[in-house]
Amino acid sequence: MPRRPGPAPVHTRRSRFDPAAELRRLAAERPVTRIGVGPGDSEEYVWLVTGYDAVRQVLGDHVRFSTRRRFGRAAGTAGTYPDDYRPDDMIGQLMDYDPPEHTRLRKILTPEFTVRRIRRLRPRIEEIVADRLDAVERAGPPADLVEQFAAPVSGAVLCELIGVPRDDRDAFLRRARHHLDQGRGRQARAAAGAAFSRYLAALIAGQRREPDDGFLGMLVRDHGADVTDKELRGVCVLLMLAGLDNISGMLGLGTLVLLEHPDRLAELRADPGAVGRTVEELLRYLTVPHAPTPRTALEDVTVGGQLVRAGEHLVVSLPMANRDPVLTAAPDRFDPAREPSAHLAFGHGVHHCLGAALARMELVIGYTALLRRFPGLRLAVPAAEVPFRLHTTAYGLERLPVAW
Amino acid sequence: MEVRVDRDRCVGSGLCMMHVPAVFDQSEDDGKVLLATAHPDPGLARSVRGAAGRCPGRAISLHDGGTDAAGRAESARQ
Repeated sequence: MPRRPGPAPVHTRRSRFDPAAELRRLAAERPVTRIGVGPGDSEEYVWLVTGYDAVRQVLGDHVRFSTRRRFGRAAGTAGTYPDDYRPDDMIGQLMDYDPPEHTRLRKILTPEFTVRRIRRLRPRIEEIVADRLDAVERAGPPADLVEQFAAPVSGAVLCELIGVPRDDRDAFLRRARHHLDQGRGRQARAAAGAAFSRYLAALIAGQRREPDDGFLGMLVRDHGADVTDKELRGVCVLLMLAGLDNISGMLGLGTLVLLEHPDRLAELRADPGAVGRTVEELLRYLTVPHAPTPRTALEDVTVGGQLVRAGEHLVVSLPMANRDPVLTAAPDRFDPAREPSAHLAFGHGVHHCLGAALARMELVIGYTALLRRFPGLRLAVPAAEVPFRLHTTAYGLERLPVAW
Repeated sequence: MEVRVDRDRCVGSGLCMMHVPAVFDQSEDDGKVLLATAHPDPGLARSVRGAAGRCPGRAISLHDGGTDAAGRAESARQ
């Protein structure tokens, strides 16, 4: 049975394309505010950071703000775990690592995600996108662009990156999605997670024996002795976790934004070369990840005029930071013509999204092919009836019914 | 204008290279920034400033090259 979700924490609330009114009110008062998270008795207080400059300060300072979970300090378990304890399922998940531990792993991974390396995936991504557009055509009109296009494209590209063979992809993605779905019970999620993890372990073992020229093969060939199987598995889990909802969310929501801004859409159709700039503005305007991994202050530090004590936690709102007028003028307006901004949709600092170049290329290919295939693309339901997806780590749409 | 990069700060996003390929490159060995030139054509100054501002590692800094009047004026406006 799906668990009934409680009220969403304030930093994850949205109102269509905008951060929710209550979140905007908090941000308007001050750049750093104390908020309660967690239900009832288990409620604890954290600092919510919403101002652009304050967010950049926190994300840019890995010396004073740690992302590592500290089990020894969790309520009721104080002293139970040594300070360097990390559960098995967090091994390899870069977001849980601080430098210099983080530096070691990231150094191994960064060369696999260079702009040139990612560009080699272009023909495969174009093929995946074309296949899914064929499926949309077969399904409709009308067709659900989330089910037929946004979700399967993001899943297939990640499988392509990690090297999951085609025949295994459906089962692999189903398990990954069940594992990530916070609407499912803890046991069902854990079972899907265990199967997903076993599959990855077998995939990694296969690459150790016979490395191909994909991402895992290159990693074990170049750095086989420097990275453990558990670390590789964690890296793969992280990529799925970071990629699935974010890309699917951007493809769906971005298309809806364009359909609701017909003048901007007409300009883009007239000048397809502007798609890169449009993607940057969609990334800023929508900022689908609500917040990166929470930070823990390692010493007393002043952020946005607020003293944060050592040991206190900070949650950073990326969507609010990207709507700060300090970043760009009239930030609440979707304006693809604006100068590309130093937006924080991929984070900032040492944990800046490893897959940013892949995400950018995938979005450019996806929107370009979609608009070319369907010159008459339009909503198949009134705009007010398009359901937005809440209670996930990244914002998105439940469905996007379109006709053409 | 003189461009300097701090490879210890670089997080390998490749954004500068995508933005101004005439000035920035990305190493295939470690994924980090390489400079194609430290003294870009003055016509690229605006793009280079943009790349520096958008760098997620704040690894790009701009300095007064002092080699010509245009370079000095460029730095003064920053």
